[in-house]
Amino acid sequence: MRPPFRSATAGNEPLKTLDFLFQRLIKAAFVVLGVVILNFLLIHLAPGDPAAVMAGEAGAGDEKFIAQLRAQFGLDQPLWWQLVTYLGNVLTGDLGFSYRNNVPVAELIMERLPATLLLTASAFLFSLLLGVVLGVLAAYKRGTLADSLIMTGALIFYATPLFWVALMAVLVFSIHLDWLPPFDMESIGADYTGWARFADIAYHLILPTVTLGLFFTALYTRLTRASMLEVMSLDFVKTARAKGVPKARIIRRHVLRNAVLPVFTFASIQAGQLVGGAVLTETVFAWPGIGRLMFDALLQRDYPVLLGVFLVTAAVVVTVNLVADLLYRIVDPRIEAAG
Amino acid sequence: MDKETTSLLRVESLSIPLPAGLDRTYAVENISYELNAGEILCVVGESGSGKSMTANAIMGLLPSYLKPSGGRIVFRGRDLLAMSEPELERERGRSVAMIFQEPLSALNPLMKVGEQVAEVMLVHGEGDAAARERRVLELLDFVGLPDPASLRHAYPFRLSGGQRQRVMIAMALALEPAMLIADEPTTALDVTTQAQILELIRRIQAAKGMGVMFITHDFGVVADIADRVVVMERGLVVEQGMAADVLNRPQHPYTRRLIAAVPHREDGADRTDAGGETLLEVKQLSKTYRSGGGLFSKARVVKAVDDVSFSLRRGETLGVVGESGSGKSTLGRCLLKLTDVDGGEIRFRGRDIVPLSPGAFRPMRRHVQMIFQDPFSSLNPRQTIGRILTDGPVANGVPLAEAQARARELLGLVGLEPSAFDRYPHEFSGGQRQRVGIARALALDPELLVADESVSALDVSVQAQVLELLQDLQRKLDLAIIFITHDLRVAAQICDRVAVMHRGAIVECGPPAQIFDAPRHAYTRQLIAAIPGLAWNPRQAVV
Repeated sequence: MRPPFRSATAGNEPLKTLDFLFQRLIKAAFVVLGVVILNFLLIHLAPGDPAAVMAGEAGAGDEKFIAQLRAQFGLDQPLWWQLVTYLGNVLTGDLGFSYRNNVPVAELIMERLPATLLLTASAFLFSLLLGVVLGVLAAYKRGTLADSLIMTGALIFYATPLFWVALMAVLVFSIHLDWLPPFDMESIGADYTGWARFADIAYHLILPTVTLGLFFTALYTRLTRASMLEVMSLDFVKTARAKGVPKARIIRRHVLRNAVLPVFTFASIQAGQLVGGAVLTETVFAWPGIGRLMFDALLQRDYPVLLGVFLVTAAVVVTVNLVADLLYRIVDPRIEAAG
Repeated sequence: MDKETTSLLRVESLSIPLPAGLDRTYAVENISYELNAGEILCVVGESGSGKSMTANAIMGLLPSYLKPSGGRIVFRGRDLLAMSEPELERERGRSVAMIFQEPLSALNPLMKVGEQVAEVMLVHGEGDAAARERRVLELLDFVGLPDPASLRHAYPFRLSGGQRQRVMIAMALALEPAMLIADEPTTALDVTTQAQILELIRRIQAAKGMGVMFITHDFGVVADIADRVVVMERGLVVEQGMAADVLNRPQHPYTRRLIAAVPHREDGADRTDAGGETLLEVKQLSKTYRSGGGLFSKARVVKAVDDVSFSLRRGETLGVVGESGSGKSTLGRCLLKLTDVDGGEIRFRGRDIVPLSPGAFRPMRRHVQMIFQDPFSSLNPRQTIGRILTDGPVANGVPLAEAQARARELLGLVGLEPSAFDRYPHEFSGGQRQRVGIARALALDPELLVADESVSALDVSVQAQVLELLQDLQRKLDLAIIFITHDLRVAAQICDRVAVMHRGAIVECGPPAQIFDAPRHAYTRQLIAAIPGLAWNPRQAVV
C-alpha cells in the first residue's frame, strides 16, 4: 500500500509568499523611518550652523541676517518640532528645499539618481558576473597555474583601496594611453541623441564601473571558488559521478547552482555597500550622481539635501534587499516551504 | 569453466595505501573476493574497516590522494583500475550503479527528482526526451513511489528519507545495470522503512538478476538479505562464506566478537524485581510545536508529545522506542525542562517540576542528566576532559579540588585512564567520548539519566561495551534510566519496561516479554516485524 504523495506544506506556498511579502514590507517601512530619524538627529548633533555658513558666504556676518535665515528655514524651532515637521513633509513626498540650490530636494535627487543607479548597477553586474566566472574557473582548475593567477589577482584587488585603483586607472588609461575618458558621464557639448548618446555614455561608464567593481569582483571570485569547492565535496556530487555524468556537466548542472546561493546572499548585502562606494568613485570621476551631490551638500551644510540623499539611499538598499529575498525564494525552492 | 565467465566482479589482491601519518599503512590490504551475477553479497565491518573504500575503488570514486597500489578489480573480464576516466564514466550508471547511505544529502537539492532520474539516461545517450520521461514514470512506479506523475516534479526536500532512497534506487536501476553497489543504504532510515527498502532491493535483485554488493555494519540486515558474506576488519578480509555459515558458525575470532555484540533480547532475562520507590511520575504530558503561519497562511501544528503518562522507579530502565518524528526526543527534552510543555505533570521525587521557574528548577537540575547521541558534537572541543567533568559540579557549588578528585574517580568508573583528565576530546575515539559523556552526566550524582540515542552512533562492539557500562553503573548507583532509542533490539536487551511511541503518544508500554512476544497494538506489531534479522538468534551462533 502506498500513501499518496503529499508533503506537509504543499499547496500553502503562494499564501506563504504573501505573508512573507507583507511582513517584509512592514519591516522595510520601519527601517527607512529609523534611518530618517537617526540621520536627522545625528546631523543636528554635528557642529556647524548652516545659517552661519550661508551668511558668511554672502559676506554678511551680522546676527540679524543670520536670525532671519534661521527663521526662513525653520531652524529657530525646537529640534523635536523640526523632526515632526520633516517627517510630516516626507510622508507627503516633500523632501524639503535645498538651502543652497534653491530647488526642491526631490527634484535635485531625481535628476542625479539615474546616473548613480546606472553606475552602481553596471558595477554590480560587472563584478558579480566576472567574479562568479573567475571563481568557477579557479575551482574547476584548482591547484593549476590558472587558479593561482586568478586568486593572486583577486587578492591584489581585494587589498587595494578603491580610490587608489581609481586614480591609477585614470593615470594609465586616460592620461598615458588616452583610451578612455577620465571624467564625466557624457562628452561635453557633443549633444548626441539616440544610439550615439547611448554609446557615448557607455564609453564614459567603462572606467568608473571597472574601478568601482574590481574590489567586489575580487570578493565574489574568492567566495565563489570557496563555495564551489565546498559543494563539490557534497554527497550528491558523488551521486552524479556514480551516474556517469561527465565532470563539466557536473559543474554546470549540479555544483554551480548550489554554489552560487551563498554568493547571491552575500551580493544582496553588498549591493548596499556599492552605493556607498559610489560616493568615492563619483567624486574621482566627476560622475553626476547622488554620491557627489551628497559630498557637496556635506561641505555646504545643506541639511535637507543630505537627509534626502540618506533617505533615498536607504530606500534603494531596502528595496534591493527585498527583491533579493524574493528572488532567493525562486532560486532555492526550499526557502519557500520553510517560510 | 574458468572463473572469468561465472563471476561478475572479482577483486583480486587489492591494496590501497593511506597517506603517511595515519594509524595504519593501508586502507585495504591485499583483499580478494568475488560477486556472482544474481547474488547478494554482504560486506560487513565496523567503521574504518575499509568496506566503503573498496566500493569506491570499484566505482572509480576514490579521492585523488588515494590510489590503489596493487591488485585488480575485474568486472566482466575487464580491469576497472586500468580504465581511463571517460571509459569509467561510460560504465558508471550503465553497467554498475551505486546507492549511498544518506538519502537526505545524496540528491541534488535544487533539481527535481524526475530530472535527476532522467539524467542517467541522458548522459548515456539513452532514448529521446519523451522516452526518458516515460521510463522515469515507470521507474518511480516500480520502486513503489506514490503518484509518480506529480512526484517527479518535486524537489528532494519534499520527500521523506525512505522516498528519497527509493528515488536513488530508481536512478540506479534506470539503465538496468549488471551490478548494484549499495553502501549502507538503510542505515539512516527508520526500521519500518528499512524493512521496505530491503524488501525492494531483494525484489529487484530477483527480477533483474543483478549482482548486488551490499555494504552494512548490521548483522541483522545480513541475516535478512545476504547470500554470501565478506567480513572486513581494519582493511583485511578476515572471513567469507555462505551467509548461513558465517552467521551461525563464525570461524574468525573477530566475526565471533561482532556477532556476540549484536544486541538481542536475553532469554528469560526480564527483571521483574527491578526498581525501588517511584522516582518519576509523568501524567498527561503534552507538547505542541507550531511553525510558520501569518495573516494569509495557516500555521503548521504538530503534537510532538500527546497525553503521555508513565512512571519510573529507582534502579529501573524504561526504554522509549519509536521512529523518527514519534516525539521520543521531545519527551526527553521535556523531562529535563529543556523545552516548555503545554500541559500535564512531571512529578520528580513527588514534586511537579512543570510549574517551576528556571531559577527554582536550577538546584534540581543536577538530579536529572542527559547523555547525548553524538559523541563528537556533544563535547566542547576546546575544553579538557577534566574541565568538562568539573564544570557542572563547580557550578553547583562543589569546591574545585573536590570536583577534580571526583572527576578522576569517574574516569576510572567509566573505564578510562586517569591520564584522560588533561586531554582534549579529539584525542579519543567515539566510544571513549561517549564514556566521557556518561562520566559528565554522572559527575552531578544524578538520580535520573535520560539517554537519547546514546549508543546509536557507535559501532556494534563499542555499543555493546557502552551498554554494559550503563547497566553496570545502574546497579552500582541505583540510577533510573530513560533510554530513548530507535533500535528495538537494544531496548529489548537492556530495558525493564519498553514504551512504544507513535505520533506523540505512547501506544503500548510493558516489559519486553509482553511487548515482543504478545504485542497488542498494531503499530508495535509492525515495528517488531520490521526488526532486521528477526529469525536469526545471534546468541545461538556463538556458544
